Amino acid sequence: MQLSVQGIVRRFGPVAALGGVDLDVAEGEFLTILGPSGSGKTTLLKTIAGFEIPDEGTVLVGGEDVTLAPPRRRDVGMVFQNYALFPHMTVAQNIAFPLEMRRRPREEITRRVEEALRLVELQAFGQRLPRQLSGGQQQRVALARAVVFGPRLLLLDEPFGALDRKLRESLQLEVRRLQRNLRLTTIFITHDQEEALIMSDRIAVMDKGRIEQVGFPGDLYARPATRFVADFLGESNLLEGTAKGGGAELPGFGRVPLPSTQPDGPVTLLLRPEALRLGEEVEALPCRARGTVIDTVFLGLSAKLRLRLEGGPVVLARIPLRPSAPPPPAEGDSVTVGFSAEDVHVVPRT
Amino acid sequence: MRRSKQRSQQRSTGKLLLGIFAAAVFAFLLLPLLVVFPISFSSASYLQFPPPGYSLQWYQRYLDDPSWIEATIRSVQAATLCTVLAMGLGVPLSFFLVRSRLPGIRLLDRLTAAPIIVPTIIISIALYGVFSRLQLIGEWYGVAIAHTVLALPFVVILVSASLRSFDEAQEQAAAGLGASWPWIIWRVTLPQLRPSLVSAAFLSFISSFDELVLAMFLSGTSMTLPKKMFDNILMEIDPTIAAVSVLQILLVSVALGLTTLFGRGALTTTITR
Amino acid sequence: MSSPGHNREVIARRRERGLLLLAVPALLLLGAIFAWPVLRLLSMSVEGGTLAHFEKAALDGLYVSVLLDSMKIALMVMGICLVLAYPVALWLSRAGRVGLALGMFALLLPFWTSVLVRTYAWLVLLGRNGVINRTLRDWGWIEAPLPLLHNTAGVLIGMVHVLLPYMVLPIYASLLRIDPDLPRAAEGLGAPAWRSFLRITLPLSLPGVSAGCALVFVLSLGFFITPALLGGGHVVMVSMLIEQQVREFLDWPFAAALSTLLLLATLAIYALIGRLTRGARLATQ
Repeated sequence: MQLSVQGIVRRFGPVAALGGVDLDVAEGEFLTILGPSGSGKTTLLKTIAGFEIPDEGTVLVGGEDVTLAPPRRRDVGMVFQNYALFPHMTVAQNIAFPLEMRRRPREEITRRVEEALRLVELQAFGQRLPRQLSGGQQQRVALARAVVFGPRLLLLDEPFGALDRKLRESLQLEVRRLQRNLRLTTIFITHDQEEALIMSDRIAVMDKGRIEQVGFPGDLYARPATRFVADFLGESNLLEGTAKGGGAELPGFGRVPLPSTQPDGPVTLLLRPEALRLGEEVEALPCRARGTVIDTVFLGLSAKLRLRLEGGPVVLARIPLRPSAPPPPAEGDSVTVGFSAEDVHVVPRT
Repeated sequence: MRRSKQRSQQRSTGKLLLGIFAAAVFAFLLLPLLVVFPISFSSASYLQFPPPGYSLQWYQRYLDDPSWIEATIRSVQAATLCTVLAMGLGVPLSFFLVRSRLPGIRLLDRLTAAPIIVPTIIISIALYGVFSRLQLIGEWYGVAIAHTVLALPFVVILVSASLRSFDEAQEQAAAGLGASWPWIIWRVTLPQLRPSLVSAAFLSFISSFDELVLAMFLSGTSMTLPKKMFDNILMEIDPTIAAVSVLQILLVSVALGLTTLFGRGALTTTITR
Repeated sequence: MSSPGHNREVIARRRERGLLLLAVPALLLLGAIFAWPVLRLLSMSVEGGTLAHFEKAALDGLYVSVLLDSMKIALMVMGICLVLAYPVALWLSRAGRVGLALGMFALLLPFWTSVLVRTYAWLVLLGRNGVINRTLRDWGWIEAPLPLLHNTAGVLIGMVHVLLPYMVLPIYASLLRIDPDLPRAAEGLGAPAWRSFLRITLPLSLPGVSAGCALVFVLSLGFFITPALLGGGHVVMVSMLIEQQVREFLDWPFAAALSTLLLLATLAIYALIGRLTRGARLATQ
């Protein structure tokens, strides 16, 4: 493991910002820590970087215990939220800084700064000051500065927060490309689930100072381990029902078959909006319900409908649109919706 | 329509009146500085306005009179030492006051401003008592040390203001990139405080160079420039002092220009805080 | 084995110790060259465990009148400064780049110029045969020279000139801090410019006004050079009285008592003005 975080607890007064966090990241892996603000993800990142020392637990980087080591002894590159470029130094001086601190010979510094500038495609900008660059360029300088000294770990703290959507998307791909080329073990922090899904090898979802689930993006989406993950990642219908003998009673839908291992009692079922179907194909599906459209939002390739089912619950459905197809049902229309049993995921109760 | 037109008319009248008033106040502020210029070039042997003719005799007299020159040198010495001390002590103190999390640090922060609030006359006689016992009266460095007490709060106010607005993520970034604390302060923090450092140094120098009340009590017979000017005004009000004043005004203008160039408006924060 | 949390506290303590070490030289200087001498002076006023020196200051009509005069002059200087400074600050806050640069220069150049130079200039300007009287007489506007020097008027002019920037700059700063959309919004809601000024701009600038007033009042209360030179002995302020007691009569205890009174008055006024404006600020919210 390139990074191993074990049992990290950090309390601020009576509040536990981190309540026992374990996390392993393999060499060359791109792991995203995803969570809402206040979930403790920044505190965790600071603990890894050495700006915070935990109350309990251990941080291992490349197998070495660095829990108490000062940041400068950790060999960890970090890109800050606002980049933290030194405004009084040129781009080249900024990138040379970590090399100078390591007392590398002058020729080596010049060469490696050149390389780093080429890596982020800013060869022509070495003599500029940071404020003379655009936001995206500054971001790339910060990245170059964080990787130029060959760190054991790269930490990215919401680095795309201040950029507009288009720039964000192109930089996301660029960072990913760079990370793959350098085979850099990378921890990336974001509250943007879309970004997490695009970029990561694995995602760790955090809430209230704990890691809720770690897994591959597809797994997290399809099989969330907790209600929080199900709700936080993508849009979801969480339906409460009662399991009994290999099936569940769902208000509106009637009986839904469940894996036979499911014990009897109350259950929460996750049904993604795109799993709900409308129209003729519904007739063939085992689970159906009738409902009324509350509203319809047109999204281009698809439409999002809110429906009130007969028997109570409000659900969200997302239906694909084709140019030739009839328009989606409008407000007040009566519709029948359905889903197939394998699209249902039982959210474990905790 | 008509109403908005009327209103914009009212507004521009108001603006005009405001401008005239401000111009008058600026004239009031600058008038005394301007009036010494013609007097300093006067050819008359006593104070006369407007001067009957022009000459450089008063500058000549200033340069030829060893007591003026000595007083000037003494003041420059004292102001230089005062600047070095005020910066050398005040900048580290600012780091402590801004960064420390000790309880009561806010109170201490306020207390360091006390030398500005306590009337100078009180500090002067208090130090007069102490310095006469230590036989420091008449020593230029005694005056410089006393002036340091007055300059220190200004340095602290300026430097800690810019230190508070300094983004500490930069220091974290530097630490993460491998820099140790002395290096971080030297390479990352201090260079970015430069505007306020320049202003603070300038302020310390000028405040000591201009200071009279402390110098009156502490400089004894070896006078500083302001003390010499004061005595001169009391004794014989001849235009030599106008020449000295012009030189001082020019010095301040140049220093002010340089500080505006390098200090980026930090000057005004001293008084606005 | 100690927990990381314990180590964190050790590191934090080490950091605090390092910071404190930075402050020690400055604090020593302030203690030795400021706090201790001043406290020593103040303690002289009750030397021998008697309040006689305070009684003398409080009961002798001469000293009482000097104390009251000092207060009166400080108040007048503050008032005049406020009236002159507010419009200037307002103008500066709305000025363009060039106007602002010129205005700041006009404000800062005198501010940095020696008080002595300026006082000397006022002597030249205000005297019986000074520039102003001469000019007015030459133009035939006056017969006899106006009494501008060696009286309260001269002292006021000189002091206002020295202290005006201390009033303008805090007010200017507080005006800058007002969101320019606020008065605009008020006018958009139908308030005429003067009403939006009275209801929005003026109340929001009160913190600056109070800071300026406190500063000017406190500084003028302890003023020494300007009244000494421009008052010509006809205007006596407390600071001059204190100097006289030390220099001429060597009466240290009485000088100490007067110093104590001056310091107390200074602090009281400072606190009072702070309290007043806090009240004003609350009332406008």
